[in-house]
Amino acid sequence: MLAEALAISAVLFTIGVIGVLTRRNAIIVFMCVELMLNAVNLSFVAFSKLYGATGQVFVVFVMTVAAAEAAVGLAIIISIFRHQETVNLKDINLLRG
Amino acid sequence: MTFDLSIPSQLMQALTPELVLMAGAMILMLGAAWKSESAEHQRRIGYGSIGVLLLTLATVLWFNSRGLSSGPGVIAVDGFRFAADSLFILGALGTVMLGIEYNGREGIWSAESHVLVLFATSGMMIMAAARDLMIVFLGIEMMSIAVYVLAGMNRRSPRSAEAALKYFLLGAFSTGFLLYGIALVYGSTGSTNLTTISEHIVQYKLGHQSMLLIGIGLLLVGFAFKVAAVPFHMWAPDVYEGAPTPITAYMAAAVKAAAFATFLRVWRESFDLLDFAWLVPLWWIAAATMVYGNVVALAQRNVKRVLAYSSIVHSGYLLVAIAAGTSSGSAAFLFYLLAYTLATFGAFAVVCAMSRAGDRDLEITDYEGLWRVRPGMAIGMAVCMLALLGFPVFGGAGFWSKVYVLAAAEATPFRHLVPLTVLLVLASVISAGYYLQIVRVMFMKPRPEGAPDPAPMGTMTRVVLAVSVVLVLLVGLVPARVIGWARENQPAPPKALSAAKAP
Repeated sequence: MLAEALAISAVLFTIGVIGVLTRRNAIIVFMCVELMLNAVNLSFVAFSKLYGATGQVFVVFVMTVAAAEAAVGLAIIISIFRHQETVNLKDINLLRG
Repeated sequence: MTFDLSIPSQLMQALTPELVLMAGAMILMLGAAWKSESAEHQRRIGYGSIGVLLLTLATVLWFNSRGLSSGPGVIAVDGFRFAADSLFILGALGTVMLGIEYNGREGIWSAESHVLVLFATSGMMIMAAARDLMIVFLGIEMMSIAVYVLAGMNRRSPRSAEAALKYFLLGAFSTGFLLYGIALVYGSTGSTNLTTISEHIVQYKLGHQSMLLIGIGLLLVGFAFKVAAVPFHMWAPDVYEGAPTPITAYMAAAVKAAAFATFLRVWRESFDLLDFAWLVPLWWIAAATMVYGNVVALAQRNVKRVLAYSSIVHSGYLLVAIAAGTSSGSAAFLFYLLAYTLATFGAFAVVCAMSRAGDRDLEITDYEGLWRVRPGMAIGMAVCMLALLGFPVFGGAGFWSKVYVLAAAEATPFRHLVPLTVLLVLASVISAGYYLQIVRVMFMKPRPEGAPDPAPMGTMTRVVLAVSVVLVLLVGLVPARVIGWARENQPAPPKALSAAKAP
């Protein structure tokens, strides 16, 4: 069971990383980051079967932090949309060398 | 006295400095929401923040002077924590002081901007105290989330919003790596406690277990993102340029110091006995950071971007101190952080004072002939540039910080650090190209026709600049005392086990 859970977690994490690197819509990039965090949560839960509750406690913390991060992140995305009328990262390039 | 961290009341006592800061920040947050936004209210909350920070600093120094220690547990009570805390609080004080006047000029009237600095600082203090990967994660997030907001604090500026977006996306991305690293380390050692991890690594001979090594690699990637080391640095120049200048100073000094402090503690307390499997990637990251950062910095025209690349380069130098891994490496590390924080704040105080409303006048050419119109600012900036360069005497502490890092790297038994020290010296020589360029245009060029005189510095900005410059020079005069202080305050490598090496 542990091996399968870890494999799924690794696959999900990789999908998340590829998504962040290839997609250009800020919201989708953010969703991919959340996917990465949840992949990690899966690993923690799988490991906690071996080592006890620490992993599960960690998952609760990760979810809480992810929620806080989502609140701030969406607010930032809205504020950039107000300025630029787009959330496409390709078009957001005022700051460049 | 020794705190028994398994007893909740003693754990609370051990966290007193953090609790003081958090309580003060929450009260101020209520105060900030009490009245509608205005320049005056912003200033009032700023003064309140300075008060809370001074109170916290006093608590930290008082704790440090009592020679406290702790039993095993999730947080550390040692000199390293309090030394790092004092650096963060110094950085936060500088940020708030610069921020009060900068916000007034730029029309940023949200009083929360000062309170968020306090929240971020409490996250940093948690990071410095963390002796458990769970607490490390919580501290990093407490700091990062507040700093994401701070980067976008100038709501009227599209550049500030863009900086916040980039910082947020890359920061969250790096958190993913850090967390996955923590998960794999937990999976292979069965614990998130730094001391227990190092014990288990020795006990169960995990030195070559691939899951642990992958976990450590991912942790390294996560930390490299946070400290902006090449090749994980690409967010830094954009974010530093777009964020409000005092916040840029905060990110360049305090945020980086906090990430490095945790980095050092995790590495020394958990993975010190690992036969240095992590040393090779660290070596390459440090080398790439020093070379790449310096070369690209030469091409920059915007002072904030130059300082951004300079902060990337200094990450490289600090990584050399971490790679040394010995106790003199840790001491050099702390000394370097102190010198770097002071010089960075001095430089950003001048940048704050030079730029006019709307964050204009940030090109190097705008500094031409500054000596003729504002000699005080020019001298302050020159000292900070020379300190960042590591120039003897006039660079004060900057020179000694590099000497100590080099000495620590030379003294390690690992011969492969020697090329790294050579690179460090070469990199410093390249960095003269842009640090001295700024000094040159300030002193040797005439003021261009029709260039407006920069406004006189505000009192707060002046205090930040004067204190940084005086401290940089002062520490440069008595480096032995300061390095002695740094030697006393460092993370504890696993003592009982240091005889037995992991396979």
